[in-house]
Amino acid sequence: MSFDATHQKEQFKSVGTRPLRPDGVDKVTGRARYGADFNMPGQLVARVLRSPHAHARIVKIDTTRAEAVKGVKAVVTADDLPDLTNGDAALFAILDNCMARTKALYDGHAVAAVAAIDEKAAKQALKLIDVEYEVLPHVVDVDAAMAPDAPVLNDAIFTEGVTPKPDTASNVANRSEFGHGDVEAGFEAADFIVERSYKTGQTHQGYIEPHACVASCNPDGTAELWVCTQGHFVYRQNCADLLGLEVSKLRVTSSEIGGGFGGKTHVWAEPVALALSRKAGRPVKLVMSREEVFRASGPTSATSIDVKIGARKDGRITAATATLRYTSGPYPDMWAELGAMTSFACYDLENVKTVGFEVVVNRPKVAAYRAPSAPMAAFAVESAVDELAHKIGMDAVAFRIKNAAKEGTKSSYGPVYGPIGIGPTLEAAKAHPHMSAPLRENQGRGMACGFWFNFGGQTCTDLNINADGTVTLAVGTVDVGGSRASLSLIAAEELGIEYQDVKAVVADTATLGYNDMTDGSRGTFSSSMATISAARNAVEIMRQRAALMWDIPVEDIYWEDGHAKAAGSKYGNLAPLSVKDIAAESGNTGGPIAGHSELVADGAGVSFATHICDVEVDPETGSTRIVRYTVIQDAGKAVHPSYVEGQYQGGAAQGIGWALNEEYIYGDDGRLQNPGFLDYRIPVCSDLPMIDTQILEIPNPNHPYGVRGVGETSIVPPLAAIANAVSNAAGVRMSHIPMSPPRILAALKDAKG
Amino acid sequence: MTAIAVSTTINGDDVEYLCQPDETLLDVLRNRLGLMGTKEGCGTGDCGACSTIMDGRVVCSCLVLGAEAQGRSIETIEGMAQGAELHPLQRKFIEHAALQCGICTPGFLIAAKALLEEKPDPTEEEIRFWLAGNLCRCTGYDKIVRAVQDAAREMRGEAA
Repeated sequence: MSFDATHQKEQFKSVGTRPLRPDGVDKVTGRARYGADFNMPGQLVARVLRSPHAHARIVKIDTTRAEAVKGVKAVVTADDLPDLTNGDAALFAILDNCMARTKALYDGHAVAAVAAIDEKAAKQALKLIDVEYEVLPHVVDVDAAMAPDAPVLNDAIFTEGVTPKPDTASNVANRSEFGHGDVEAGFEAADFIVERSYKTGQTHQGYIEPHACVASCNPDGTAELWVCTQGHFVYRQNCADLLGLEVSKLRVTSSEIGGGFGGKTHVWAEPVALALSRKAGRPVKLVMSREEVFRASGPTSATSIDVKIGARKDGRITAATATLRYTSGPYPDMWAELGAMTSFACYDLENVKTVGFEVVVNRPKVAAYRAPSAPMAAFAVESAVDELAHKIGMDAVAFRIKNAAKEGTKSSYGPVYGPIGIGPTLEAAKAHPHMSAPLRENQGRGMACGFWFNFGGQTCTDLNINADGTVTLAVGTVDVGGSRASLSLIAAEELGIEYQDVKAVVADTATLGYNDMTDGSRGTFSSSMATISAARNAVEIMRQRAALMWDIPVEDIYWEDGHAKAAGSKYGNLAPLSVKDIAAESGNTGGPIAGHSELVADGAGVSFATHICDVEVDPETGSTRIVRYTVIQDAGKAVHPSYVEGQYQGGAAQGIGWALNEEYIYGDDGRLQNPGFLDYRIPVCSDLPMIDTQILEIPNPNHPYGVRGVGETSIVPPLAAIANAVSNAAGVRMSHIPMSPPRILAALKDAKG
Repeated sequence: MTAIAVSTTINGDDVEYLCQPDETLLDVLRNRLGLMGTKEGCGTGDCGACSTIMDGRVVCSCLVLGAEAQGRSIETIEGMAQGAELHPLQRKFIEHAALQCGICTPGFLIAAKALLEEKPDPTEEEIRFWLAGNLCRCTGYDKIVRAVQDAAREMRGEAA
């Protein structure tokens, strides 16, 4: 039966309430099991040997001495993970990142691994693996990597997206371009122009749970993997491809996940754990140390961005351009392209052009980090927009309202918008008491906007009506922040039953059809769509069962408020049948009742946010304190408002860390100097104020309840909102993120002359 | 290395174990005693996920040796609820949505319990500085602070 996903529902009973989450007790009692909290009989401990060089040819690896260590059961190198990628460049990048093949491409790149009976033996064996390196010149800075004389990481990379195709290899993997109109003519028509260059440091997702898995390969060709991941079906596919396993024979169970934010969307060490298990013939547990997490997983791109925006005296933008250079680690991806797409997505522009350059460098392979690539682009654009408003003499909010995209606007990256929330979030900001609150000495206020696409994707859900009328909901999107609660609300709403009568679980790869991972803010959006569809299918069956129970035609039965009801006056005496009534008789009316759904959740509604921020800058130390923070964001429909607020607050806090302090620091030797939470300092409780939130609900026309993804957009505006606030507080315009105390002090000193 | 025999008290129960001289209390709890509610986020005392209470004081169990527990009294997350009855902090964390992924939650609960035992009526600033050794990457701390405030109110016998 075809599923109608159009927005219809306006009145809700369950959706929009704030019940207790189903996994709450497990998580406050320590019973919830995360990646490292699982063991198997005969399990070995794995450790990974990593390159100490930023760029080096691997001349020879001799594992003889390591293999001789008592208690060591297996040692693997790239030889144990043969290349089965068959020309698939993205898959090869994952393989090469899991275990370096001919070259180590960054400090921390895995070169070998050991499985032993205990950590002591494993660590001892690591020291006895002899690796002969030929150290090569390295490059970690994005602009330096683009220079003609830069050391080239990969001599097979010739910039794509330019004509004619270059005949020399470089670190620029591709060029992407978006936009429309005539920007030159637009700038001609401008009365004011702001043109600036910006840089942002590389940050890590900083999930508190390190990557962890238990892998078990059996001699009969079957295998199991327990792992903390945002997408166990994707991990199954990656691992099966890289190890030559049949997909059906690899069962992957997602543990509770201790944070991911995009960093747990593709495999890192899991294929290595499986290879060790295959070689040793025993289960293997592999848990990364925090230092390994920083050196060899994550992070986001470092960037260098030029922005030029022109406007007329009346405040209308006439043209806007941006050139965006993003690092991708040693393997090209689409990070610059995403930056180029998102840059000007908030605005209604006649003439716009963005160009992205994807640049490979000797840093870890970049992974998605919450609205990947958008925060850096928004930092640059929203800083320039703010400066332009000041130059024209307009209020920063009014200037943005005048230029905001709306329904029918052709976006800077192509599509024409449906109903969207940028205008409403700006109007809400204008009216918010925060905007008119008094400021003290050395304090300043800033604001900025942000955009994220939101994704949908492949989704499969099972909804089982149990014999007692309660419902078990099996979903395939990993719960990263409360989605079992929101999806239980959705099932309760659609069936017309109580939230407490629904229990949602995340099913493993053997018990449910394929699901894309929880990324792109798709968890609640797409799985709720599949849950509604599954519930409607179950209702169809319940109507049929009621027809049998009553012995009347099914066409005369409709579903309302959780009950099958007979239509028309001729069945007036039939008392409605509840889910419990129908379920109790299911054994006599055709057996178990279930609704299934397999769909591609199209139509994820785009998401916009406006943030307001007050800071206080200490002119003596250059230290910046966040005094007040407000997030205003469109949720489409907030299914469980507490967890929507949580997404808004969490994203803002991550953005604050990015803006003020977080940064990968490399030495001249290309080695990461701060791979730990002491020196890579994320915001702590005493760094932050309460983070106020305002949820707007502009329904997504492509979801039955109007739901939009809510997870990512909140990290997009903070960098610029804080930079604009710092500018208003200290009178200096910061163009380099993070705005650490030394950078602000230097800017203050420069301003004094 | 020769294993060391340790007699200690964990969550009120007498416990004996053997551990290596260089083995952390965290590893003993998780790997030898099966008390995996205590989490490892960094192993260097920077994240607080492994917070436990030792003789009334919050410690990072990754910075304590297993052998140092000899004769001490250790409290872990597994001992926080009284049977089926959750501690007010545990209840308030669920009610206020003060956890998202939940990996930092045991450490926050242990640290907050020690705070409220020492200071039943803390200011917001005192809560924020007391909990500054516990990292949370999901919540932005807002709902955690509110949950602690609400639990403190309830434990003092005040209406919400």
